[in-house]
Amino acid sequence: MTKVIACIDGSASAPAVCDYAAWAAVSLKAPLMFVHVLDQRQYPVAADLSGTIGLGSREHLLDELASLDEQRGKLALEQGRIMLAAAKDRAMMRDVDAPECKQRHGDLLDCLQELEGETRLLVIGRQGESSSGLNQHVGSQLENVIRIMHRPILVAPVDFQTPESAMLAFDGSATTRKGVEMLATSPLLKGLPIHLVMVGQESHESSAQLGWAKDILVNAGYVVFAEVRNGEIEPTLHGYQKEHGIDLLVMGAYGHSRIRQLLVGSTTTSMLRTTTSPLLLLR
Amino acid sequence: MLHSLRQTWFSNIRGDILAGIVVALALIPEAIAFSIIAGVDPRVGLYASFCIAVVIAFVGGRPGMISAATGAMALLMVTLVREHGLQYLLAATLLCGVLQIGAGYLRLGSLMRFVSRSVVTGFVNALAILIFMAQLPELTNVTWHVYAMTAAGLGIIYLFPYVPKIGKVIPSPLVCILTLTAVAIYLGLDIRTVGDMGDLPDTLPIFLWPEVPLTFETLAIIFPYSAALAVVGLLESMMTATIVDDLTDTGSDKNRECKGQGVANIASGLLGGMAGCAMIGQSIINVKSGGRTRLSSLAAGVFLLLMVVFLGEWLSQIPMAALVAVMIMVAIGTFSWDSLRNLKRHPLSTNIVMVVTVVVVVATHNLAYGVLAGVLLAAMFFANKVGHYMEIESSLDEAGEHRTYKVTGQVFFSSADKFVAAFDFKEALSKATIDLSRAHFWDITAVAALDKIVVKLRREGTEVEVLGLNQASATIVDRFGVHDKPDAIDQLMGH
Repeated sequence: MTKVIACIDGSASAPAVCDYAAWAAVSLKAPLMFVHVLDQRQYPVAADLSGTIGLGSREHLLDELASLDEQRGKLALEQGRIMLAAAKDRAMMRDVDAPECKQRHGDLLDCLQELEGETRLLVIGRQGESSSGLNQHVGSQLENVIRIMHRPILVAPVDFQTPESAMLAFDGSATTRKGVEMLATSPLLKGLPIHLVMVGQESHESSAQLGWAKDILVNAGYVVFAEVRNGEIEPTLHGYQKEHGIDLLVMGAYGHSRIRQLLVGSTTTSMLRTTTSPLLLLR
Repeated sequence: MLHSLRQTWFSNIRGDILAGIVVALALIPEAIAFSIIAGVDPRVGLYASFCIAVVIAFVGGRPGMISAATGAMALLMVTLVREHGLQYLLAATLLCGVLQIGAGYLRLGSLMRFVSRSVVTGFVNALAILIFMAQLPELTNVTWHVYAMTAAGLGIIYLFPYVPKIGKVIPSPLVCILTLTAVAIYLGLDIRTVGDMGDLPDTLPIFLWPEVPLTFETLAIIFPYSAALAVVGLLESMMTATIVDDLTDTGSDKNRECKGQGVANIASGLLGGMAGCAMIGQSIINVKSGGRTRLSSLAAGVFLLLMVVFLGEWLSQIPMAALVAVMIMVAIGTFSWDSLRNLKRHPLSTNIVMVVTVVVVVATHNLAYGVLAGVLLAAMFFANKVGHYMEIESSLDEAGEHRTYKVTGQVFFSSADKFVAAFDFKEALSKATIDLSRAHFWDITAVAALDKIVVKLRREGTEVEVLGLNQASATIVDRFGVHDKPDAIDQLMGH
């Protein structure tokens, strides 16, 4: 059975990741797994700039580096276990049965890729440990994670709030049409009102597409509000969200190629950067 | 892809830049020293080091490893330079690069698994001895000033790191070179300097095609040198890559490294540099200084060129004694001193392989011959050891006319004689049974030995029955190809 997988580390968003993961696991009635990845390459490197090599330098250096890594590794392992245990307790308080915990060495991306087969929904914080001190709003690995995972991803902010309503940014593209179908069949947002928002000129075509999407969702039993709005994509979406007090954004992620993104920028990336609410990315 | 780009270039920027500067400082004396070994102007080695370090940063397979002009390669060029001149060296460098790229595409990097630990140790030790021996010409027939300067240089190099605070921040080889140069200039000592050894670079390197006739004769001249350069370059690079893998606890792409070394050498040859490869000593210094990614190699190359072009005039003032001190440090640091201590603990065959590798290299000045000798010897010792795993039991029936031989273990060229000798052909029997169901026949020698036994027994009027021949011969893997099939292990171990 596929699982809700939540990535836990020592960052500030870890508790919220845990809460959102628990909420999703309960709604989807899916098992929950917490993953903590120990990436040695993230540790700072000690440097000796004396530039000399003497008797048995190679052997000594190996011993030195190995024992340094050993100490850090042990600490990180222990810390990770504590974090996972805390996450597990937190999830159990939210009525999740026996969440699993998994600790892996290596690279976050590799590890998530290995788990892709059993992933139903990935929950991850907007910022990881290494970026949280910086002024960056988005973690360094997030975009890469979103790009390689072909599963829905919930990007959690620092604070948890039980989603009461959801907004789906719809543009008629193949990615978002698939997203509509996914929502219709998924129990994740069952019972929440859904706002379908399309940004662009109101035209015959856009209202036809919006009508199609609305029908699908209404047939699936959702309460749906559909609207076409004129303006720039991001401010319009944020404006709509504020007006209606929406606390979960749903959108298709990276529908375009990397080259196009380089030239015209990506809506996904800028939404990740500007939003303060959780973002559910459908792939 | 973008992810790995970040990881292999920009995950450790500060450490890489600092390490790059330290490495560049150490590369300058080495490049000059190795050019002098090869018999070319210091310019050739400096351009080569810049070029190789920069190119390999992009195309290499082992981030954090430093490649440049090396002693192992320089030693192979001596005769070519002496007899045919620099232009032929550049042509040989190009061809060496082409051969290395070919080796990369043929995935010859995986052949490194046949090079045992003791051969690697022997290689490293031989390299250290060669680097040390190459310094001796600078230390013979000279005044006492040179000895005093060299000793003082070594003192500075090894003691300066113990100076509190600045000791670990300023590279001591740099302090050594600066101090000795200042002393030599101040005292006006009449000793040899780098400037006496040939031209130093005064411009950035420029593209130039070697001025050699494109004929078959040229190829015949350079090919043996190119082949030796390619082999030694790859050997040292692969070994260094393994060392860096161990030190940093990360993996590397050996075949990409082969191709990368080739591309770097071609670039070096086209910019008037000599062939080079990965450097064990420099790579250790890089890792020790905190260098981990491709950026460290790029930084080393760029800083090297900047320093050389802008400080060229000062470089020529450096006394050779200072370079000798730095090179002695490199030799000492490259030598595996643990291997001396391990001589007592390790089995004799391992020690012989290591020592033979060292002796052959020191005698021929060619690391490839040493490794070849070491690998062959190691293979022979291995065959000998595995040959012991064969036993033949025999039992006679009550009537004393039927003997059953039970063969267990490995039968191949090394154990075939022992296999034949285990049969008693003088015994008068009416029937002999040879049970091979627990034996493995590895080659034609083993099959021929069995044939011989059967024929001999028959000639004495004994009826021979061979049991389990099919299973036994199934292990002649070349012919039956069991090693490709999933149940190969069961077949080998099952009976």
